[in-house]
Amino acid sequence: MHNEDLKNAPAELLVETARRSRRKFIAEAGALTFSGVAVAMLGGQSTAIAAGIGDAAAAQDVRILRTAVAAEHEAVAAYQLGAESGLLEPAVLKVAVKFQGHHKEHVEALAAAIRKLGGDAPDALKQYDFPVEKLKNQADVLNFAAGLERGAVSAYAGAIPAFDNRELSSAAASILADEAMHWAVLRHALGLDPVPGAFFS
Amino acid sequence: MTAAVAMCRLAKALLLLLVGCIAAAPSLFGGVVGGTDTGAAGQDIYGQCIGCHSPDRNRTGPLHCGLFGRVSGTVQGFEYSPAMREARVTWDAESLDWFLRSPLDAIPGTTMGFAGIRDDARRTQLIEWLETLVEDSPLCEGVR
Ligand code: HEC
Repeated sequence: MHNEDLKNAPAELLVETARRSRRKFIAEAGALTFSGVAVAMLGGQSTAIAAGIGDAAAAQDVRILRTAVAAEHEAVAAYQLGAESGLLEPAVLKVAVKFQGHHKEHVEALAAAIRKLGGDAPDALKQYDFPVEKLKNQADVLNFAAGLERGAVSAYAGAIPAFDNRELSSAAASILADEAMHWAVLRHALGLDPVPGAFFS
Repeated sequence: MTAAVAMCRLAKALLLLLVGCIAAAPSLFGGVVGGTDTGAAGQDIYGQCIGCHSPDRNRTGPLHCGLFGRVSGTVQGFEYSPAMREARVTWDAESLDWFLRSPLDAIPGTTMGFAGIRDDARRTQLIEWLETLVEDSPLCEGVR
């Protein structure tokens, strides 16, 4: 991929994505439905809580969820950094803010699940150790975000089989799907193959 | 990032597993520069860890530079679970093999919410790569 391509590709793709997201009505309705669904999926948890958080399996589920919340907070902070960097053109910025919004919704859905299990969700850190010095242009920021999304997809893939409660696995899978879409869009924007294989772990 | 992209193109040219390219993507986070041939597979597998870890900085999980020979739960500035701190395992090929196969079973109470790598060969490749994360590794610049 040449630098020229890198300069132009993100703009084009993300402008297009932004244009689509201008159909706000649909986008927002979709988002609301998603978080509603995610939380509802976790609804059956209340019976597990009744069984008591003393239950080792439920306690382990809470630990996995708390770590997922920590990672989602990091993603929110990373997009914030990108958004405030001044390196993103307006259309790209819009998409970044949209993706950040999804991560915020993931935090909320996961935190709700933790509370249902009788736990409490971790807060965001006051400070994150991001490689700020390496972010010099829009492509750097997009690459940084893509790396995070890619990692998140793998992290959920690694968490899904670990949950005792399958409703949590199911909710995690729906989050994984969203983050995989972010990753594909960012890769495409970087001029990389957006969907580089049939399998992914 | 250019290194990552170059590696990707190389990997494609060699028809290596495309997952290899993907692992290179987080170069801006992990500072992952190209790997040696022998380490390439291990570095790809490390792609499963980068959601939470970077070689050179604490994130959701602790940094991995200098892992070999370190006692579990002792990276400065990282807040571990009591389970990890109390485990007091010294990380080496053997203990990592045991832990990474199924972290939640190996150290009950750990906050590493990751099912594990069941494939023995992949685990071995990953551990060999982790062993390269020593002080003079380019990925560990600035880590004491
Ligand atoms: C979902 C996030 C997540 C993923 C994915 C993840 N880890 Fe971790 N890891 C953590 C957390 C959190 C801790 C701290 C655990 C504790 O304190 O109980 C940790 C701890 C560790 C430790 C102990 C380090 C020390 O300083 O004692 C090792 C080794 C480790 N992880 C290796 C890996 C490897 C290798 C992978 C990829 C195969 C991986 N982890 C994937 C979150 C994760």
